[in-house]
Amino acid sequence: MKTTDEGIDVASSNPIEPIHQFKIAEYFSLGTFGGDGTPGSGIHIAFTNSALFMALTVGVIGLFLIMSTSARAIIPGRTQLLSEMLYEFIHSMVRTNAGYEAIKFFPLVFSLFMFILVANLFGMFPYFFTVTSHLIVTAAMALIVFFTVLIYGFMHNGVKFLKLFVPSGIPWPVLIIVVPIEVISFLSRPLSHSLRLFGNILAGHIVLKVFGGMVVALLGAGLWGIVAILPFGMAVALTGLEFLVAALQAFVFAVLTCVYLHDAIHPGH
Amino acid sequence: MDPEAAKLMGKLIGAGIACIGMGGAGVGVGVIFGNYLSGALRNPAAAASQFTNLIFGFAVTEALGIFSLVVALLLLFAV
Repeated sequence: MKTTDEGIDVASSNPIEPIHQFKIAEYFSLGTFGGDGTPGSGIHIAFTNSALFMALTVGVIGLFLIMSTSARAIIPGRTQLLSEMLYEFIHSMVRTNAGYEAIKFFPLVFSLFMFILVANLFGMFPYFFTVTSHLIVTAAMALIVFFTVLIYGFMHNGVKFLKLFVPSGIPWPVLIIVVPIEVISFLSRPLSHSLRLFGNILAGHIVLKVFGGMVVALLGAGLWGIVAILPFGMAVALTGLEFLVAALQAFVFAVLTCVYLHDAIHPGH
Repeated sequence: MDPEAAKLMGKLIGAGIACIGMGGAGVGVGVIFGNYLSGALRNPAAAASQFTNLIFGFAVTEALGIFSLVVALLLLFAV
């Protein structure tokens, strides 16, 4: 258990520690490229449990969408109806939040939504790894959105994209304050976009394991073990809440992507 | 006091203090959902069209609470 290197030994201070579930396990490695041999230098390429569950997520999404729509019945079956509902849901989300011009970004939004949704729901299975509970994964997705907005904004609008930072109808002395604030708020978008998903999933899973740990600790307390029913009930209720959060955060990530894409296409406020 | 122990103590106290920030986010999320509900009860016909705005405001507010959680986690595991 690698938590001792910086002073806090979580494993020994807490017998049922809730952080262990986020540990990256390496299945096989292709070796380290570059670097001078010290730990942390060079690029270490390995197939980990995170990579396995990302591949599994993409595989399940692809298999489900292909199998459910390959029959293409006029009267859809259950799976075809579900995938058509998901498609229509994201399609209308892009239309209403980003405008009809943004419909060319529908594949991006749909891919992000499906990946986050299925990865979050996979995380709810016991002993499954939650891909979205790692900042590097959510940051990669948020940066894809950020650079899409930035590059497409300049491609589509040219220099007029900078109007995004200059709200119209504001007297110029106020602009001296407003423009830096707008620039900072634009630059902090990928930060908040990635941290929101990461923090929600991480906090939710830690809370679940904390209550689970309470149940185990109380069961070892002899007759008082009957009290364990309280944290157990709480854990059951929180599991329900986590399913809500899993779907809600996928939705929120997709909505925010649409809102940011709207800015790329219509930079004037 | 042993400097290592003092460092550990500072980390743990700091992480605890950082979590106070989540209270502010809790107030903000409560205001958003409370106002949505009162608005929706006054004009139920307009409620459905504002659901996306509700979730957007909720997400933006909640992010600030998540920031304080991240500060606490950074203090515990990264500093």
